[in-house]
Amino acid sequence: MPDLSSILEIASATHPGMVRGHNEDSIAADAEVGLAVLADGMGGYNAGEVASGIAVALISSEIRKMLANHDAAPFTASEIERIIAEHAGKANAAIYHAAQGNPQYSGMGTTLVMACWHDNQVAVGHIGDSRLYRLRGGTFEQVTRDHSVLQEQIDSGMITREQARHAQHKNLVTRAVGIDPQVETEVRTYPVQADDIYLLCSDGLPDMVADEDIQLTLATLKANLPLAAEQLVQQANDNGGRDNVSVILVRVLKAFPARAGVLQKLKSWLK
Amino acid sequence: MAKLIMSLDGSIIREIPLDKERVTIGRKPTNDVQIENLAVSGEHARVVTILNDSFLEDLGSTNGTLVNGAPVKKHILQSNDLIEIGKYKLKFIAEGPAPQAAAPAAEDMEKTMVLRPGASMARPAIPPAAPAAPAAQPAAAAAQTVAAIQVISGPGAGKELEITKNLTTLGKPGVQVAVITKRPQGYFIAHVEGAKFPIVNGATLEAQARQLNDHDVIEIAGVKMEFFYKTR
Repeated sequence: MPDLSSILEIASATHPGMVRGHNEDSIAADAEVGLAVLADGMGGYNAGEVASGIAVALISSEIRKMLANHDAAPFTASEIERIIAEHAGKANAAIYHAAQGNPQYSGMGTTLVMACWHDNQVAVGHIGDSRLYRLRGGTFEQVTRDHSVLQEQIDSGMITREQARHAQHKNLVTRAVGIDPQVETEVRTYPVQADDIYLLCSDGLPDMVADEDIQLTLATLKANLPLAAEQLVQQANDNGGRDNVSVILVRVLKAFPARAGVLQKLKSWLK
Repeated sequence: MAKLIMSLDGSIIREIPLDKERVTIGRKPTNDVQIENLAVSGEHARVVTILNDSFLEDLGSTNGTLVNGAPVKKHILQSNDLIEIGKYKLKFIAEGPAPQAAAPAAEDMEKTMVLRPGASMARPAIPPAAPAAPAAQPAAAAAQTVAAIQVISGPGAGKELEITKNLTTLGKPGVQVAVITKRPQGYFIAHVEGAKFPIVNGATLEAQARQLNDHDVIEIAGVKMEFFYKTR
């Protein structure tokens, strides 16, 4: 696989927030293989951390290994999508079995959002209400659609987006990793443009910081991604910080077609 | 201001500001907080607030009042204490941001569920946006005084810029840029890009953000400017 570390700039931050005693979010990102994974755990005592930790560790290490050791023709978009779904499924099984075997972990689970950049595209997989946003030019968009009761109510027209901001049951997710023996991962592929900024975050960010403020922060501080990540977490905390908050920011510095990688390899081989 | 957040079966019902010395709780309509439930006595309990301290008193109720699972007659409330009256739970939130370690028992009311039969999981979650979030108060106070920047050197000398957004950048993109962030506790300056860091009152800024005080002099990309508070 081509090395994307000169293509993708990545920064991240995670914080327990101002109210919670511990952080149940887990994050991992790797610019070289172009992979970012974020999970927001749930479950009593420390089980939430265990669930999100299993998901992130398993997915990031296994996909990294798979991509780094892949020397044949680049994976196609549908192959990458399959890899994402497969590994989310593996994480689901691992968490489910850990919960079955340990009474103190009973009922633990996690939301998940992950993205894999390849060949001028990004494949995005998610389960639950952890999100991926994209800032492209002046447009800031939520790319993933939550698997939550609230989102279903919005979709069916029962409530408006504005009402949703003040709704109860904000945290009722309809899908999570590790709750059932099987889980369905929603995976989609989107074209990528140079200068896109991607934001993966746990619900602690959008619940505390308005989209406009997130957009302003990304647009203003994109030249200093670590500061932008820190600033987002700080805004969530300044607004009350009622939940754990985690962000991964990925900025695409230039285009990265997979074919160029093959061509370059061919050129260097011919030399 | 301290407050109580009332919930039943995990859903939040209302928020009760402790804005007077005595707030009474009971089944009779004469109470400040009326709970129409037979398990609740006519005059069940009261919360007495004096300055920054709140005290809970059970008024000889039939079924008692619990705090963090233990029955109490009189109790000095601590932030995140969970009061139980009948099936109702009242979480006490002291003034200002809650301390880091929330009492584990207090998380009960904020637990969320995965909507799936058979599995109920505790998930720390966010109670619905309260009209008076603690953080909103300092922000409102800060809104009365507006901060501004006035250029004091270079061709733009005399120019004034009010800082109204949460983030305001200063400098030249690609050369040197700094950002001023508006936070509940005041205004902070941080370095964004460029080889040179901003200078505040003659001292070069470290990687950390620094809080700005009235009449601080900032130097960015060779331009000096003064930070000051305007009173409206």
